[in-house]
Amino acid sequence: MRPSGNWAYRHRWPTRLWHWLNALTIFILLMSGLMIFNAHPHLYWGKYGANFDPSWLGIGPTPQGGGELRVFQAHVPTTGVLGHWKDQHGHIQTRAFPYWATIPGRYSLAGARRWHFLFAWVLLLGGTAFFIASLINRHFSRDLKPTRAELSPGHLWQDIKDHARLRFPKGEAAARYNPLQKLAYVGVIFFLIPMMIGTGLAMSPAFNATFPQLLVLFGGRQSARSIHFLCAMGLLAFILVHLIMVLLAGPIREVRSMITGWFRIPEARP
Amino acid sequence: MSNRVSRRNALVLGGGLMLAGCDQIAPTRPARKAFLGTESLTYRVNRLITPRNALAPEFSGGDVSPIFRSNGTAHPGSPDYARLLADNFASWRLRIGGLVAKPLAISLDQLKALPQRTQITRHDCVEGWSAIGRWTGPVLGPILQFAGLSSAARFIVFHCYDDFGGTAYYESIDLVDAFHPQTILAWALNGQALPVPNGAPLRLRVERQLGYKQAKYLRAIEAVASLDQIGGGNGGYWEDVADYAWYAGI
Repeated sequence: MRPSGNWAYRHRWPTRLWHWLNALTIFILLMSGLMIFNAHPHLYWGKYGANFDPSWLGIGPTPQGGGELRVFQAHVPTTGVLGHWKDQHGHIQTRAFPYWATIPGRYSLAGARRWHFLFAWVLLLGGTAFFIASLINRHFSRDLKPTRAELSPGHLWQDIKDHARLRFPKGEAAARYNPLQKLAYVGVIFFLIPMMIGTGLAMSPAFNATFPQLLVLFGGRQSARSIHFLCAMGLLAFILVHLIMVLLAGPIREVRSMITGWFRIPEARP
Repeated sequence: MSNRVSRRNALVLGGGLMLAGCDQIAPTRPARKAFLGTESLTYRVNRLITPRNALAPEFSGGDVSPIFRSNGTAHPGSPDYARLLADNFASWRLRIGGLVAKPLAISLDQLKALPQRTQITRHDCVEGWSAIGRWTGPVLGPILQFAGLSSAARFIVFHCYDDFGGTAYYESIDLVDAFHPQTILAWALNGQALPVPNGAPLRLRVERQLGYKQAKYLRAIEAVASLDQIGGGNGGYWEDVADYAWYAGI
């Protein structure tokens, strides 16, 4: 039936379905979100914030004809990528994020908002369904919840060293998530994604009337906007590390297990 | 170095593919249906979960933005508006018409003689910035009732003095927002007569929606059964020219 070797059933169908749906959803939300950011490329803390108020982050062109990212007082030159870049036709543009990172590719706040809110609903409804399914099929408690032993400093330190040396588990242990992997997934599912949804809703003037406490929780609308951006960057960092780990751990084995559910256990070499 | 370049190229390629796909899909009929369906879903769910008179957050005097920036038109260019501004809006009248029993023409002094509401609220531009200001003016709902709003009316349209290249600005809201206790016709910002860049002599405040709904330089208010015959038929200037959502609660 199956090619030789040891196989483990690693991912149940709700996990696989949500993974691929989310892969699409997060990328569209991220790229349309960067376009929305382009409409006002400054971030503030507090209840209000506009052009005459001090921003803590800004991206844009410099008077010298380049581009820069400013975080508080630090100015990082970003010419060619942020704030000053060439579009598909070779024309210089001075929007914050370049065309290849945004949806739509050409500046359109209205178009980006259309994509963003469509997939915000997909994220909310898909995420809720995945959450319920993972409680029922015990994905959270069986696969994601770190054991007490795994959270001990010695165990975690060992796992950090193994990752740093790119030494991945072999044999049966490879089919389970390692402690850092569990913490990363828990951080995304229980912190970053809920924070994205919460801060997103806190920016809605209508939802502020529905549930004003959310605004208080985040310290005002412009704080919510800053946290929304920071958590999005956190998700982007997760995705980059996640993709690198898949490549290092064996992309065919990993991607196959996320499509079919079956994971071919790497043999422990003597 | 070459490794870094190829990694960036891979990112550019990945982003480019996503983007090319989305940019091809966006103008298609199914995509349009999905986008408009999303707007309708957001609108309906918000109306379902939000009490009709739930208030937008109000702030204290200490929260007011030091500078309340203006956006869009900073000074309407028409000769009509120049004439009104020259006599300090003494001859300006707010016309209320459409599906009402008694069409009205109200002066600024008459508006100021009505019961007033003052509220410190946050103005959220669709672009992402926010400014907090103190607005004063009469509540819209009782004015519509006084004019004898017809039961056939479904939307309230706000016609403005400002235009973009000859296309007049206008906006529209539903009756839930029109009769919301914080929906006022503001003639004062931060205790001063409304400055020209902020919409003198009168602007709409509809506090549970974004900035482009807050029509400035009001000329007339019209009650209608449908938005199809108004402007480009999408309920507002930006809705017509740039596909902004009519429901701007998010």
